[in-house]
Amino acid sequence: MEIFKNMMYILVTSALVENIVLAKFLGCCPFLGVSKKLDSAVGMSSAVIFVLLMATAVTWPIYTYLLEPFGIEYLQTIVFILVIAALVQMVEFILKKYMKPLYRSLGVYLPLITTNCAVLGCTILNIENHYNFLESLVNAFGVGLGFMIAMVLFAGVRSKMESVEFPKSFRGIPITLIAASIVSMSFMGFANVANGIFK
Amino acid sequence: MEKSNLQILTNGIIKENPVLVLVLGTCPTLAVTTMAKNGIGMGLAATFVLLGSNIVISLLKKVIPDKVRIPCFIVVIAGFVTLLSALLQAYVPDVYSSLGIFLPLIVVNCIILGRAEMFASKNGVLKSALDGIGMGIGFTLALLVIGSIREILGSGTWFGLPVTVNLFAPISIFVLAPGGFLVFGMVIALLNKLSNGKAVKRKSFGCESCPNAAGCANAGKGGCE
Repeated sequence: MEIFKNMMYILVTSALVENIVLAKFLGCCPFLGVSKKLDSAVGMSSAVIFVLLMATAVTWPIYTYLLEPFGIEYLQTIVFILVIAALVQMVEFILKKYMKPLYRSLGVYLPLITTNCAVLGCTILNIENHYNFLESLVNAFGVGLGFMIAMVLFAGVRSKMESVEFPKSFRGIPITLIAASIVSMSFMGFANVANGIFK
Repeated sequence: MEKSNLQILTNGIIKENPVLVLVLGTCPTLAVTTMAKNGIGMGLAATFVLLGSNIVISLLKKVIPDKVRIPCFIVVIAGFVTLLSALLQAYVPDVYSSLGIFLPLIVVNCIILGRAEMFASKNGVLKSALDGIGMGIGFTLALLVIGSIREILGSGTWFGLPVTVNLFAPISIFVLAPGGFLVFGMVIALLNKLSNGKAVKRKSFGCESCPNAAGCANAGKGGCE
């Protein structure tokens, strides 16, 4: 029971309270770039959840059983980014060959995720927070889920914005950022929710 | 037309400022600008990596095969980031701890990979170095402006010195996440207003901000939409 409670705490914290995009500013580029349509927002964030889980499942053992025992933790950045890049490439090949339907829905987004800072950021945070393997996976899933919630909400906001007239100097980028600011303000309401429920 | 060396240097500072004109590297811009000091720290760190990676990549441009150029660039950049974080940890530990996770994340900063792809892999060493310095200074200045606005409004201080003690109470939302998006949006809107919409080159968010745009087959076809 205690373990389950702890897992739920990590999940709620990473998905809502410390939302990866709106509170930590990781993965802003795809958040602002791919959120114009609901379909692409869902596709992109499913691909992010998928890659986050894979990347965590691979980088955590590498750090714990390879880098740490040999005292070469400083190679973390290089090793992680290369592992993630290779992994994404491999997953793309496998999906293309054996799982055509899945490839059709996620394929376009996969290569874009290699250099998404949410993925590298999440794997590094798992190590920094000293999570164990299971906790890391739960955290990765929570981060991905939070990314999806933010993307879907923001896609809805942006589709409403299409039909509104703005002052000329606010059109395009500025109003998108200001809308993101208001969505992010609403997520501040989740502060301390996880502590209230689980602690 | 060939650009002179001075033009290449100033290009990144004003005409193609990476943050305010090209709107690249949104993540570090929003995250570290809670204080002017952090903005400068991040800017100088990125300048160091830009300079180093631009020089090395322009030296290696004939050696790197075209098909695997993006992974090669990432390895070079990651090498410089590792070097930098070791140096910062040893000599300026407080900057190291205030940048936190955004220091290793310089690796996936779209400005650096973008310059490697667009400039350093096509130009000579001197020009690439100048381009790196110019872009770095432009990035630093933009972060300084946004960081100053957020620090003055949000904590009432500038570089830690009290500024607005008797004027108004600090509006703490400006140092929190929503304030980052808001100030960045307002600064770009102001630039648009002042220049009649000419200064800011990018009109909407799309593939240009994606660090993978160079290697992505969909970049020219309207993106991943």
